[in-house]
Amino acid sequence: MAKKPRIKVREQAPEERIKNFNEVPFGYNEAEAVEEALRCLQCKNPVCIKGCPVNINIKEFIRQIGAKDFKGAIKTIKNDNSLPAVCGRVCPQEEQCELQCVMLKTGQVINIGGLERFAADWEAQNTVFEAEPVKPVLAGDGSRIKVAIAGSGPAGLTAAGELAKMGYLPVVFEALHVTGGVLVYGIPEFRLPKKIVEREVEYLKSIGAEVKTDILVGKSYTVEDLFEMGYKAIFIGVGAGTPTFLGIPGENLIGVYSANEFLTRINLLKAYKFPEYDTPVNTGRRVAVIGAGNVAMDAARIARRMKGVDEVTIVYRRSEAEMPARKEEIHRAHEEGIIFSLLTAPVEILGDENGRVKGMKCIKMELGEPDESGRRCPVAVEGSEFVIEADTVIPALGTKANKLMTEDVKGLKLSGRGYIEINPATGETSIPGVYAGGDIATGSATVIAAMGAGKIAAKAIDKYIKGSLNLEF
Amino acid sequence: MYKITLKKELTKDIKLFGVEAPHITHNAKAGNFIVVMPDEKGERIPLTIYDWDREKGIVYMVFQEVGLSTVKLGRLNEGGSIYSISGPFGRHFHVENYGTAAVIGGGVGVPAVFPIARALKQAGNKVNSIIGFRQKDMIILGEEMKSASDSLVTATNDGSYGVKGFVTDALKQMIESGDRPDIVVAVGPVIMMKAVSDLTKNYGIKTIVSLNALMMDATGMCGGCRVNIGGTTKFSCVDGPDFDGHLVDFDGLMSRLTSFKEHETEAMHKCRLDTEEKNG
Ligand SMILES: Cc1cc2nc3c(=O)[nH]c(=O)nc-3n(C[C@H](O)[C@H](O)[C@H](O)COP(=O)(O)OP(=O)(O)OC[C@H]3O[C@@H](n4cnc5c(N)ncnc54)[C@H](O)[C@@H]3O)c2cc1C
Ligand SMILES: Cc1cc2nc3c(=O)[nH]c(=O)nc-3n(C[C@H](O)[C@H](O)[C@H](O)COP(=O)(O)OP(=O)(O)OC[C@H]3O[C@@H](n4cnc5c(N)ncnc54)[C@H](O)[C@@H]3O)c2cc1C
Ligand code: SF4
Ligand code: SF4
Ligand code: FES
Repeated sequence: MAKKPRIKVREQAPEERIKNFNEVPFGYNEAEAVEEALRCLQCKNPVCIKGCPVNINIKEFIRQIGAKDFKGAIKTIKNDNSLPAVCGRVCPQEEQCELQCVMLKTGQVINIGGLERFAADWEAQNTVFEAEPVKPVLAGDGSRIKVAIAGSGPAGLTAAGELAKMGYLPVVFEALHVTGGVLVYGIPEFRLPKKIVEREVEYLKSIGAEVKTDILVGKSYTVEDLFEMGYKAIFIGVGAGTPTFLGIPGENLIGVYSANEFLTRINLLKAYKFPEYDTPVNTGRRVAVIGAGNVAMDAARIARRMKGVDEVTIVYRRSEAEMPARKEEIHRAHEEGIIFSLLTAPVEILGDENGRVKGMKCIKMELGEPDESGRRCPVAVEGSEFVIEADTVIPALGTKANKLMTEDVKGLKLSGRGYIEINPATGETSIPGVYAGGDIATGSATVIAAMGAGKIAAKAIDKYIKGSLNLEF
Repeated sequence: MYKITLKKELTKDIKLFGVEAPHITHNAKAGNFIVVMPDEKGERIPLTIYDWDREKGIVYMVFQEVGLSTVKLGRLNEGGSIYSISGPFGRHFHVENYGTAAVIGGGVGVPAVFPIARALKQAGNKVNSIIGFRQKDMIILGEEMKSASDSLVTATNDGSYGVKGFVTDALKQMIESGDRPDIVVAVGPVIMMKAVSDLTKNYGIKTIVSLNALMMDATGMCGGCRVNIGGTTKFSCVDGPDFDGHLVDFDGLMSRLTSFKEHETEAMHKCRLDTEEKNG
């Protein structure tokens, strides 16, 4: 077979896209998708599948796209992944499915994520949701057996989807006024349009799940309350998300936002549409983002798109090679004109007489000898302090376990760092009938890992309910 | 959408709402708060739970119209509905028999201390309350506070009703007259809570204040509500809103409360325009 290069995904030009919040890549059209699919070698031993945390039959769905059987392709994908439009966009494919693909060696790896996205988008445009009839799992009084799901992030939504398909009545409780978790409040519109998440939630409802917003499990209703209300099992997927600060002077000045706050104001409460929407965000002209993970890239690229902002700097204490963000995102950030101040550590955030940020004092770092883990530790260069002028400073330093719900649940075993301890093979917690998964069990991870956890727990919940109720099927 | 079952004007710009929200009343306790969004495009604003009827599933809130969102809320009518109400948030007030409690409310802090006074009284405390307002026509919930307390002093800054002066004057008099409280609870403007805490510090009386930091999600996810308590950063929504008044960095809190001043004016301007359009 002739070695054709990977078919490029068309995308918005950098100078255009920094003026809007529209999605950056346009995605493949039919002809492009078919051409890309035909590059797949249809390996006897499709190693790509092992790289996917939910083991989508990648070989088969790509073959179907190549044969223009798009409906078949989406069906194949949905056997294992209920949110393909999301995963095709936000999975770190280069560390998962695409890392395993035999074509990697040629430098022209198959665009598995791009093809998955194509199939999902094709479905959205060409077919209406077809809910396959399921046999309901009924309680003694003839009603469907209820399972409570706390949190509507990818873990909770997946657990709900799986349980609905098994015939249960999953009820998703979400603390915020909208569903989707990080998919709506964290990941920016230009990487994952919110329409897509809404569509997935509508689909869940169409197959029999219920969604209730504004409800905090643990406070509105405790775990005991839910059991009393007739729920036979509970899945906790409340995410990790409490932000970390640096602990340097000036962090409480006006104009210092955690990445979570900055992203939420803009993604969830639509501050970029202020004053049409009521929630404001002050960005000023110059924005400094501390950190170089994916969240830092998202915050920087969002800031770049805000009206009035003309300078966005990423401040990171190590060098480019150590940046934890996806290469693709770093590349896009470069294209969008974001400045990278590497080997730079913040020392103090500086304020004016009104308590507003005016800059950040930093110190230059150099990489020292590698430590036991082989990572070279940054050490401060004495006397190298300098000031980066900024009107907004956004620490994007990762998150810790949020104790909002977990601390109120009697008997729930937590790890030393405050995450819920589970049996990873089942999602079981220390309380019978209570399961957990996603970021609240693992710490910040990925969308697909959270979905995998939701799926595992759904299976275990099914087994638990049928076992404990002695149901016959 | 949550149905408004009751709307009452307590003063020109302070309103009491009763809203059907059984998910709030199920576990509501004194000191908890809720987050309200008047409509889909609105801000998420925190309001204290003033009272609740668990049987009917109705939660009561009292708010002052100070800016866009509270004005929008105030325009809604009985029979209408509110887009979003979530909660109950925050740690509830720790009720026990302390002995004598001085419960102090300033302005719209009064609805926040009312359920606390009531719970303290039920727990066997002697409750001496002080409520303060700028002037007579701004007084709210006097009768309710009276019923929840063993004694009640009403102070107005201009002396147009009750005793003249600030709540701190009345508190000082209470302490010095020999009825020394074992605990002081104070909710109101930051400046008032600061003054109360400064005063009680001198006397070594434990003092609890409820901080009204700017909030958004109220789930501990954004950190926007962070306050400095005794040198460490705490999130008022999940760690509070009640804190030891002697440890709070009130100046830092006051500064952060001015975060969105200019934007608020812009939003209000637009809101006024809307009203004029509607009315004209
Ligand atoms: C800015 C950002 C960008 C990211 N980008 C990517 C990416 O490109 N690719 C990728 O794979 N991963 C990415 N991630 C990580 C990924 O989003 C998370 O790992 C994933 O969302 C975790 O899913 P979850 O279901 O465990 O929790 P979450 O998505 O955090 O959802 C939890 C939900 O539970 C709700 N909740 C909390 N407490 C309660 C309660 N007591 N009762 C009811 N509801 C409650 C929360 O409001 C929230 O909606 C990113 C994360 C962030 C923050
Ligand atoms: C835990 C908590 C409980 C609260 N309980 C009540 C209550 O029971 N009744 C009530 O009337 N208000 C209460 N508040 C304050 C209320 O949330 C604010 O008044 C409201 O958010 C203002 O919104 P707005 O859009 O109308 O005004 P904005 O336009 O946002 O603000 C108008 C003016 O009010 C100031 N302001 C804004 N937010 C606050 C705040 N949180 N505290 C003090 N000043 C503020 C602004 O600086 C500005 O000067 C509470 C706040 C918290 C954090
Ligand atoms: S779900 Fe993610 S890892 Fe699996 S095939 Fe799709 S893009 Fe790859
Ligand atoms: S490993 Fe790569 S080439 Fe082989 S089947 Fe999978 S996607 Fe196709
Ligand atoms: S309001 Fe967001 S963490 Fe408290």
